[in-house]
Amino acid sequence: MLVLENFNVTLDGKHILHNINLTIKAGETHVLFGPNGHGKSTLLNAIMGLPRYRVSGRCCFKGQDITSLSVDERARLGIGLMFQRPPTIRGLSLRNILKICARNDIDIDTLASQLKLRTFLERDVNDGFSGGELKRSELLQLLTQQPDLALIDEPESGVDLENIGLIGSALNLLLEKEKPRYQGSDCQLKHSRHKAGLIITHTGHILNFVEADVGHVLYEGRLACTGHPREILAFIQQKGYSECVRCLV
Amino acid sequence: MRDHITTLTDIALPSLVLNSPLMDNSDLDRLLSVGVDAHCRERSGSFVQVDHQVLHAGAAEPGLEVLSTPEALKRYDWLKDYWWQIVPAGKDEFTKYAQDHTHNGYFIRALPGAKINYPLQACLYLAREGLTQCVHNIVIVEEGAELNIITGCASGTKAKSGAHIGISEFYVRKGAKLNFTMIHSWAEDVEVRPRTGTVVEEGGTFISNYICTHPVRLLQMYPVSYLRGEGAVARYQSILVAPPGSKMDVGSRVVLDAPATKSEIITRTVTTGGKIISRGHPVGQVPGVKAHLECRGLMLAPQGLIHAIPELEARAEGVELSHEAAVGKIAHEEIEYLMARGLSEEDAVSTIVRGFLNVDIPGLPPALRDEIDRAVSATREQGA
Repeated sequence: MLVLENFNVTLDGKHILHNINLTIKAGETHVLFGPNGHGKSTLLNAIMGLPRYRVSGRCCFKGQDITSLSVDERARLGIGLMFQRPPTIRGLSLRNILKICARNDIDIDTLASQLKLRTFLERDVNDGFSGGELKRSELLQLLTQQPDLALIDEPESGVDLENIGLIGSALNLLLEKEKPRYQGSDCQLKHSRHKAGLIITHTGHILNFVEADVGHVLYEGRLACTGHPREILAFIQQKGYSECVRCLV
Repeated sequence: MRDHITTLTDIALPSLVLNSPLMDNSDLDRLLSVGVDAHCRERSGSFVQVDHQVLHAGAAEPGLEVLSTPEALKRYDWLKDYWWQIVPAGKDEFTKYAQDHTHNGYFIRALPGAKINYPLQACLYLAREGLTQCVHNIVIVEEGAELNIITGCASGTKAKSGAHIGISEFYVRKGAKLNFTMIHSWAEDVEVRPRTGTVVEEGGTFISNYICTHPVRLLQMYPVSYLRGEGAVARYQSILVAPPGSKMDVGSRVVLDAPATKSEIITRTVTTGGKIISRGHPVGQVPGVKAHLECRGLMLAPQGLIHAIPELEARAEGVELSHEAAVGKIAHEEIEYLMARGLSEEDAVSTIVRGFLNVDIPGLPPALRDEIDRAVSATREQGA
């Protein structure tokens, strides 16, 4: 679904990401570990095509080179981004931005109730929302947008314990976790999971709620390690990032 | 008294307007664009003045009077005590000019306790090229009464140049409520100088909504409210969109002159190349009064000007005055955010501008909602 080849990103003249090569197949969920400030959000924003991020190399989505496409073109092709710091837009209600997002006929009220945001629908989007409310609002927008590739930036940060399960189930819905992964037989194809995700997690806490298939460590702008997400997490928790990437530097 | 109040059931403005030699179909469209309902549906009364001449004045609900001011002065001896009382005749050269050159204007009065259901519509229209229209308006909302007025002031397709000087004095009595919405739609070479003053008594509420999204050579006004009774409230909401060649110098002043009075002044300005000076000035005269001033401006063109001049004046201990002002271009983060949700850049900008202008004005006629939408589309073309 997504293929990055020699993907380099500069932001305000600073070279942030170096020669990233990454493949995410349909139905897969990848998680991205890494210390703060090492380029995790930059990678997501650059895949979304935000214009401040200058890119070289290739970014292909569903077999099409999208390196030169604009943000809205990528969104319409099926890429969705959960913003880490979404802006407030005055005079635009959450309900109205959901109508903008909605691909199909979607029952906005029911979805909003599931994410405990029903009473927020008529408020200006993101205006005065708490950290956890922002995360739920972002997920609600993605659930109406129904992207094929969801780019999720730190879904658990700022979320209290009570609501983290809610975030988890929203992510599972977004990523079609109720469907089986495609195992190769044709009869399974149309019933199997299609949606893919790339989730940034700083603490790994979200892995208690969402199953992931592949984990990566992004360290100093390079993809330093790829493997089983729980094994990587356990190693980082024991030894720290610098030790974790020693084998590769 | 009753016999002078015409019922509106059989009055249709199109015939009135089209029977006037000054007006034609395009003028009728202009009237509609400033919120006038041609068939007076869901209106408690109407007043239509074209140039110097009153075409129609009448009320359709009990407890409401609509007359031309000369006629009202003839009928009510006491009215002279209301004349030039809030707006001083010697205030400036324009009020002085208006003293000797006034032709008509409206007198609107809601009788004590009358809760008028539908909005009353008033229209002051400039049809003849080069004319200076001077009107003097009086609105009295008597004790406990409630009234909603929508006034549309516009110039016709034949009047490319001209001037409008409107003297307006509003009296909001004890516990009364006046919701006053004014929509302006002038032409490139028209000069407009309204002079408006309002007195609000104990427990009264005055809400002023002002919208101008059309070109005008010069619009200059600084209406003032005097909150004279305990607990009186004034709220001003203004939306200004200045196309290239327009200059708008608009402010709102509120003098909080009694205990527990409150005021809010909210302004949204957008320039697509014109100049806007946006002023606001609450004056707290007694302890404990509160006022908030909010002025936001959007620059949608490289040329143009938005100059926000907020003033706060506290003249007693414990006065609470605050203001927030922000002028700038649209934040790129907001555009990218909406683009990531699938909107094109142009649609994202329009959505943000529409939201920016989305001040909640209760009872705003649908035609005006359309008018704001039209202004948003126009900013898109002009700003591009």
